[in-house]
Amino acid sequence: MASLAATFGRGAMTNGWADVANADLVLVMGGNPAENHPVGFRFVMEAKRRRKAKLVVVDPRFTRTAAMADVYVQIRAGSDIAFLGGLIHYAIEKGRLQTDYVRLHTNAAFLVREGFGFDQGHFSGWDESKHAYDKSTWQYELDGQGHAKLDPTLEHPRSVFQLMKAHYTRYTAEQISQICGCSVEDFNRAADLITSAYTPDKTGTVLYALGWTHHSHAVQLIHTAAMVQMLMGNIGMPGGGVNAQRGHANIQGSTDMGSWMNLPGYLKLPRANHTSLDEYLKANTPKSLRPNSLNYWSNTPKFMVSLLKTYYGEKATRQNGFGYQWLPKLGETENQSWGYFFDRMHHGAVEGLISFGMNPVANGPNTAKMISGLSRLKWLVVAENFETETAAFWRAKTLAGEYYPGAAEPAGIATEVFLLPASCFAEKDGAFVNSSRWLQWKTAAIEPPGQARLDQEIIGRIFLKLRELYAAEGGAAPEPLLNMAWNYATPHAPSLAEVSREVNGRDLATGRQLNGLAELKDDGSTSAGCWIYTGSWTEAGNNMARRGQEDPTALGLFPNWSWSWPANRRILYNRASLDQAGKPWDATRAPLKWDGQRWSGDTPDYKADAAPADLGAFIMLPEGAGKFFAADLSEGPFPEHYEPWESPVENALHPKVSFSPTAKVFTGDIDRKGEPAQYPYIAITYRLTEHFHYWTKHTQSSAELQSNFFVELPEELARQKNISNGDLVTVSSARGSAKGQALVTKRMRGLTVQGKTVYQVGLPIHWGFLGKVTGPLINNLTPSVFDPNSGTPEYKGFLVNVEKAG
Amino acid sequence: MRTVAKLIDTTLCIGCKACEVACQEWNEQEYTLGTFDGTYQTQPQLTHNFWNLIKFNEREEKGQLSWLMAKYQCMHCADPGCLRACPAPGAIVQLSNGTVDFNQSNCIGCGYCITGCPFDVPRLSPETKKVYKCTLCSDRTAVGLEPACIKTCPTNCLTFGDRQDLLAKAEARAEDLKADGAADAGVYNPAGVGGTNVIYVLKEASRPEQYGLPKDPGIPWTVSLWKGPVKWLGSAVMLGGILGSFFHFIRFGPKPESHANEDSDAE
Repeated sequence: MASLAATFGRGAMTNGWADVANADLVLVMGGNPAENHPVGFRFVMEAKRRRKAKLVVVDPRFTRTAAMADVYVQIRAGSDIAFLGGLIHYAIEKGRLQTDYVRLHTNAAFLVREGFGFDQGHFSGWDESKHAYDKSTWQYELDGQGHAKLDPTLEHPRSVFQLMKAHYTRYTAEQISQICGCSVEDFNRAADLITSAYTPDKTGTVLYALGWTHHSHAVQLIHTAAMVQMLMGNIGMPGGGVNAQRGHANIQGSTDMGSWMNLPGYLKLPRANHTSLDEYLKANTPKSLRPNSLNYWSNTPKFMVSLLKTYYGEKATRQNGFGYQWLPKLGETENQSWGYFFDRMHHGAVEGLISFGMNPVANGPNTAKMISGLSRLKWLVVAENFETETAAFWRAKTLAGEYYPGAAEPAGIATEVFLLPASCFAEKDGAFVNSSRWLQWKTAAIEPPGQARLDQEIIGRIFLKLRELYAAEGGAAPEPLLNMAWNYATPHAPSLAEVSREVNGRDLATGRQLNGLAELKDDGSTSAGCWIYTGSWTEAGNNMARRGQEDPTALGLFPNWSWSWPANRRILYNRASLDQAGKPWDATRAPLKWDGQRWSGDTPDYKADAAPADLGAFIMLPEGAGKFFAADLSEGPFPEHYEPWESPVENALHPKVSFSPTAKVFTGDIDRKGEPAQYPYIAITYRLTEHFHYWTKHTQSSAELQSNFFVELPEELARQKNISNGDLVTVSSARGSAKGQALVTKRMRGLTVQGKTVYQVGLPIHWGFLGKVTGPLINNLTPSVFDPNSGTPEYKGFLVNVEKAG
Repeated sequence: MRTVAKLIDTTLCIGCKACEVACQEWNEQEYTLGTFDGTYQTQPQLTHNFWNLIKFNEREEKGQLSWLMAKYQCMHCADPGCLRACPAPGAIVQLSNGTVDFNQSNCIGCGYCITGCPFDVPRLSPETKKVYKCTLCSDRTAVGLEPACIKTCPTNCLTFGDRQDLLAKAEARAEDLKADGAADAGVYNPAGVGGTNVIYVLKEASRPEQYGLPKDPGIPWTVSLWKGPVKWLGSAVMLGGILGSFFHFIRFGPKPESHANEDSDAE
């Protein structure tokens, strides 16, 4: 999500599932929708069946998605940026790009300051002693008004376009073959098909999931895909976009509401150096970089003040900065994302953890470290449908001792564990926010069983008790709790309808529900718990419950089905589907129409009353244009291929800077690195269609479909190791091991990478030490290495060894 | 009454197994945990408590790898070998809509239907000694619902409806695939069993074995014979068998108790 936000302005799937049926070309890479999003994958099949769309799948494994592909290319895990960089080179070299689109809707014409460059793996500004970049050369050349200078011919040597062209000249088909392990012919065949979407009347979509996000360079990887799509003119188009397939029914809602490293609505977290609301707003409200940029984030004060009014109600006044001082703050450079947080826990610096809807022992990297961290807590609260590995972490030694030789015996663990029975999704009402950004209201199907309580009741009761204790006994900082607005009809168990109305926001003088974003104010007269959701529950009622099946554009947008953020837009950046004069690039695929006075069709991603030539198409960015050159990313403004932390080869482009200079690596005793001599094979973890994460091993019907953990092995490797199908094998990394039966297959092969044969090993994730069926936790093996932008661990492309179990 | 059918367009099957789960849940089957035979397939074969299986076949030809997936279940033949073979009145019935259904209360567990089936579908339960298979969800279709597998399919690979309509739809789809370059595309509706009420669209119709389907299925000659010209002979043989058993009982007395306990001790 971090990448799409940096490139286009919003961290979400640009189009939507149903819209995939409008594509002429579908590139699936870093995802496996036939297995992990089978219901969404129907739209790929629709595109194939109705439009004769072509499906290209690029993946280390020949998956069930690959089985449906017109072109499949097997590549080495962790080499995706090279492949996509190769596509950029191919497109520019062969002139297969939609130049008018690129000139109009992207920052290709922007000029970059003198001094920017790239040499031997480092961009300009690298400071080896600080191990960080000084980004001052990664900026646009500005005019007197602070606006970026342009060269619409794209010929200036310091234009983003020319710099990009130069950066990717190294990414030739031959070089891609060396890095990725695919043949030059396979690469060219795929590149030819993928770039066939460059003409205005052809649109291609990109579908990805965790196969891209689980890398130490994940955000840059997705940025590379976004660059390809901008060159093809595919952003804002029906059947186009860069489409993140989210892994849970409500994971988009969870990041929208701030469970990721942000406040609700992707507002930035406050930091200790922003000591007042004014300072926070100054630091986080961007200035326009072009005269025609709407720069929607310039409304940040309205979003933030409305959020504070939701949190603190009447206690939030102009005089006290609307209660800004009561928000918790991060240190100036502090990071509290997963890796950092569990590292601190492992070092005994965390007192307690409340874990809802999360199973860190199962899904965190390096399970032994997760268990060690939890063992050092004073208390742990787990609210779940059933006992998870996290709730039972203190029994790891007893239940799966062979994998955790260093774990403490139950008697030696002082952590007090509270397991609270919580309701599951079918026992709650509320909205699911799907990958398409639709907020779909649902009703509860059944009552929670036994003593299970709704999550909101568990949270409500904890909150009220804590506030009572703070009121009675005081404490270090009682204000945040004492001043929190909590005006629900049933304070110990707020209804989700009530909370949703609050999230939408209201006019505080009249109590009227707000109709849309335009009504938000920065003077404290409105509230909104998540500004991007304003419009979801208006005076007209609960728009999330709408089930209208009208499709006026005949593009599958269904504007009256549920409600989509922001402002019920179905295709983000849809203004980019038209040229400067407002004429659609493809008349058969026009989500928007401009009649000279007003817009019709989808909700325009544009100022409602502005003419086509007035503003840039990417209204969330200060540039007003999509970004090829994105200085906000940590590793550099252009994506570069870096090897995974553990790799069997050196970086072919710059062996001295093989691994990403800014990726986060933990180097404690427990964070061991494996070397290729001892661990020669590349491992990838993945999900199977038969299971859902670590839950369905508790369900008989799913457990029957795939009861056993298995290790997918290429035939050639199995032969070398004298392993037959079904044999018990042990997979080990520098962190730990996993034992299971071999599944020997033709679907994974040895790849020739820089003259060496490398083998990949496939490891499905779904088992653990509790459930109807059990097996090893695959994160016993994975490393504590993280993307510096998103904090996501490198679950794909680490090193292991495989041996027949004795 | 119109004949109903299931259409399986294998070109749209993604092997998600949703039909397997739907079948297990609707029919309240007992689950079998722990099966693994080194493939993605849930189990190697159909069983008495697993009537809907997706077969996965890895194939490599001329350097081209493919992974064929196809749903496998009772074919509900127009001329069912199982029904021809069955000696127990009312144990196997052919409903007026074409569904071939088993009624276990009339089943004598002889297993002749297993021999009679050219698709290797019916399965004997070791516990109940009765034979089971897909019912085409006759309890659903009787009240106007589609079978559970059809309802759950996410890719429109499965459709249910009037047999003639679906045959036309299948032919049209095959033509469509041919136009798209799949010269061997076609419909699987084998004549050897009088056609089936489960119809497949195959990309390689000349080689149905690739999908786990028999190439030219027919009713075994032994079964055809048994319900045909030599039926009287069969009856005579059966009578002979009953008489034989009677004399055996008179001569040697009842069957001794099994030695199950000793056997398990020996392990």
